[in-house]
Amino acid sequence: MLNPVSVEGRTSKAPLLQAIGITKLYGTFTANDSIDLDLFPREIHALLGENGAGKSTLVKIIYGALQPTGGELRWKGKATAIPSPAAARRLGIGMVFQHFSLFDALTVTENIALALPKEMRNGLASTIERVSADYGLPLRPDALVADLSVGERQRIEIVRCLLQSPQLLIMDEPTSVLTPHEADHLFVTLQRLAREGCAVLYITHRLEEVQRICHHATIMRRGKVVGEANPAKETAATLARMMVGNEVLEVARPPAALGPVRLSIGSLDVATPDPFGVSLKSISLDVHGGEVVAIAGIAGNGQGELFAALSGEQTVERPGAVFIDGHAAGHFGITKRRNLGAAFIPEERLGHGAVPRLRLSDNVVLTRHRTGDELVVTGIVRPHKAQSIVNLVASEYDVRKDGPNPEARSLSGGNLQKFVVGREVDRHPGVLIVSQPTWGVDAGAAALIRQALIDLARAGSAVLVISQDLDEIFEISDRIAVISRGHLSPAEPAAIVTRESIGLLMGGVGEGAAAKPKQTEEAAHALQA
Amino acid sequence: MHFRLERRPQRSRLMAVLSPVLAIALALVTFFLAFAVMRIDPFRALYLYFIDPLTALWSIEDLLVKAAPIILIAIGLAFCYQANVWNIGAEGQLAVGATCGSIIPVYFPHWQSPIVIVPMLLLGTLGGMAYAAIPAWLKIRFNANETLTTLMLVYVANLMVDYLARTPWRDPAGHNFPNSAPFAGGQILPVIFGDSIRLNVLFVLITIAAVWFLSERTLTGFQLRVFGLSPRAGAFGGFNRDRMIFLTFLISGGLAGVAGICEVAGPIGQFRTVVSPGYGFTAIIVAFLGRLHPLGIMFAGLLLALSYLGGEGAQIALGISDQATQVFQGMLLFYVLAFDTLIFYRLRLVRRHPLELAVPAE
Repeated sequence: MLNPVSVEGRTSKAPLLQAIGITKLYGTFTANDSIDLDLFPREIHALLGENGAGKSTLVKIIYGALQPTGGELRWKGKATAIPSPAAARRLGIGMVFQHFSLFDALTVTENIALALPKEMRNGLASTIERVSADYGLPLRPDALVADLSVGERQRIEIVRCLLQSPQLLIMDEPTSVLTPHEADHLFVTLQRLAREGCAVLYITHRLEEVQRICHHATIMRRGKVVGEANPAKETAATLARMMVGNEVLEVARPPAALGPVRLSIGSLDVATPDPFGVSLKSISLDVHGGEVVAIAGIAGNGQGELFAALSGEQTVERPGAVFIDGHAAGHFGITKRRNLGAAFIPEERLGHGAVPRLRLSDNVVLTRHRTGDELVVTGIVRPHKAQSIVNLVASEYDVRKDGPNPEARSLSGGNLQKFVVGREVDRHPGVLIVSQPTWGVDAGAAALIRQALIDLARAGSAVLVISQDLDEIFEISDRIAVISRGHLSPAEPAAIVTRESIGLLMGGVGEGAAAKPKQTEEAAHALQA
Repeated sequence: MHFRLERRPQRSRLMAVLSPVLAIALALVTFFLAFAVMRIDPFRALYLYFIDPLTALWSIEDLLVKAAPIILIAIGLAFCYQANVWNIGAEGQLAVGATCGSIIPVYFPHWQSPIVIVPMLLLGTLGGMAYAAIPAWLKIRFNANETLTTLMLVYVANLMVDYLARTPWRDPAGHNFPNSAPFAGGQILPVIFGDSIRLNVLFVLITIAAVWFLSERTLTGFQLRVFGLSPRAGAFGGFNRDRMIFLTFLISGGLAGVAGICEVAGPIGQFRTVVSPGYGFTAIIVAFLGRLHPLGIMFAGLLLALSYLGGEGAQIALGISDQATQVFQGMLLFYVLAFDTLIFYRLRLVRRHPLELAVPAE
């Protein structure tokens, strides 16, 4: 049912949008170097490339958010200037960004209304409900965005585009936050849109998705188009080689030698004051030195609350709820837990794991000011010491940056994540807790980060990974548990766990409640109808 | 045709430097036009305002006397603003500092010794700190918006000063004027240079150095910046938000309090119904005009002190109301905030129907 439609002779048709010689310069840096791209109606067109390859720049130009330095865009054969996203939307171009542009304090309906012309705002809530159910993207129109998971926020962005019946839909790494099941739904939606005549530009670095749903692929590397391909005729390996330019790193996972328990969670209960938050219900888990344990789960099932309770950003009254290397630490804040040898890497790089507008050396001070690195002596910060850690992390973890000590936000997503991971792993923590280690990160960086996590564990540390990416989980973990609505299933050896059994647990089978799966069933029915 | 703001991909360093310069220029142009409309010779008015005070040594001294409290307060406020804490009530903290410091000369006028000024300064500082601790506590405990609480507390403090000067602290030998008895001897801040440059000018220099060190070199300054930029990352770093809020209020309140006692025990020389011509509010403008940086604040403070001084001169020579000074200061803040937008956005001229731009170019 999901076979790519063959589009032999696609050049004989008239393209919907043509990019001819698009060039974008930032100072001396060439983000896009004479890019040619043809997009056809009814075609799902993959734009493949590593982070920093120039994909985002190109699509922002097509969407009118950036102006090209040179070259031209042709819409239905005519040279067209697209000065703003509003102009792009009027042409019939919709875009779902990787980082969402939603107002937390507004409801779903209000957020969507903001992007729509006034005449479409009447009866919007019911329209949203209808369209979202129709396309298998269930949304409560009156929910506050602040209370929604990343996956649900993405649905808002998609529905917002669909309401304007786009002729070209641009999707920037849409599945990076979705479960396999949610991704399947999205693919059905996209294929239906393509059948209805829409062109889809699909940005990703997940090769299996390209092969599964895309009709044509354009591969970019270092600001240039390095190849075009029919994904049906390629293998994942050949696509990856075009994308990375050399053989993709394989993650090596030597067998684990279990040491003593270094992280122990015992009947951890956290009640959330937020009516839409998820309370943690009697979570128990032991992680031994030497192993990587993964917690799988759909976005918004208590991962954020669990990370906060483990990091100490949210303390727990009962000290024994969290043991770090044998010390009861539930009542400790994050600094004390770090001093026990724990390290933490949150899901959000910008604004949580790192301060965007501070330099890298300052971002080293952020988490390592009291961890015995002598970055701060009698209250005075020593920038040279922090800089030497930046240099070390940059060379060890291949962090590509502009200058010796740039602001964190100037790094691409993959490079900043390598920096954030390197900053913590470089401490050789006894316990590492990491959430979504490779979210929105290119294949090369992801492999490097995953290898670093495995190597840390094999050197004797306990590593706990909270992730929604099943490929990642199977690639790196020794045992797997599933979190669903605040309940954690027992961790099972990865060798005996299947995707199906994880899927069932994600759906709430393990905790015996049934409201959520029913909802998805309804959505599935709506899809089939 | 209309203008439209477009987000810049990167913040413009040029505009960050240019913004205060453009704001000053535009405020001067507006001031010029306002005088012209009022049928006052604008050239002469601007000369009296901004050049004439710089032509005599005594008035340059006067400039420093006026600039000192403004700069002192603005440096404290810059601390708050860096940490996204919006203390706009320095005027009230100044008044309470002046009041607390005056307790010694009002009740113990005969306590004369070369060091009696030290406990006076100390009381002034503590008074300002204590008064700033109120909005800090309200913000931490009840999440009360500090822009409102600090502003409202200004009126409370000013009314208290007014009451004290008129009733309990009034000089019985003062012919019924609402003033305390003049402070005398060691209870007056000593003059260290010329005729009127007092010890507080030294405090300003020390404060600039100390604050620069605190914010650029210490972990405390680092924490303040992190909380200003990204509170969530601050919590992840293990920093205590409540402590930071308190600290910024204590520093800014303390500096405003020192400025207050230095006024009554300095140029004023007695406790009055009004102890400041609005230095606490002017300091807000100075903090922004000076880019929240100690050196920038020093220059901005001198400029606004000049506007006070020039205003007095113009009032005498041309009969312009001293309110004109406040108009100028208000315009300055207005323009500097407006131009600050251009650090992150650029202005683009757009044809009237943006819709037309989405059609083919040929």
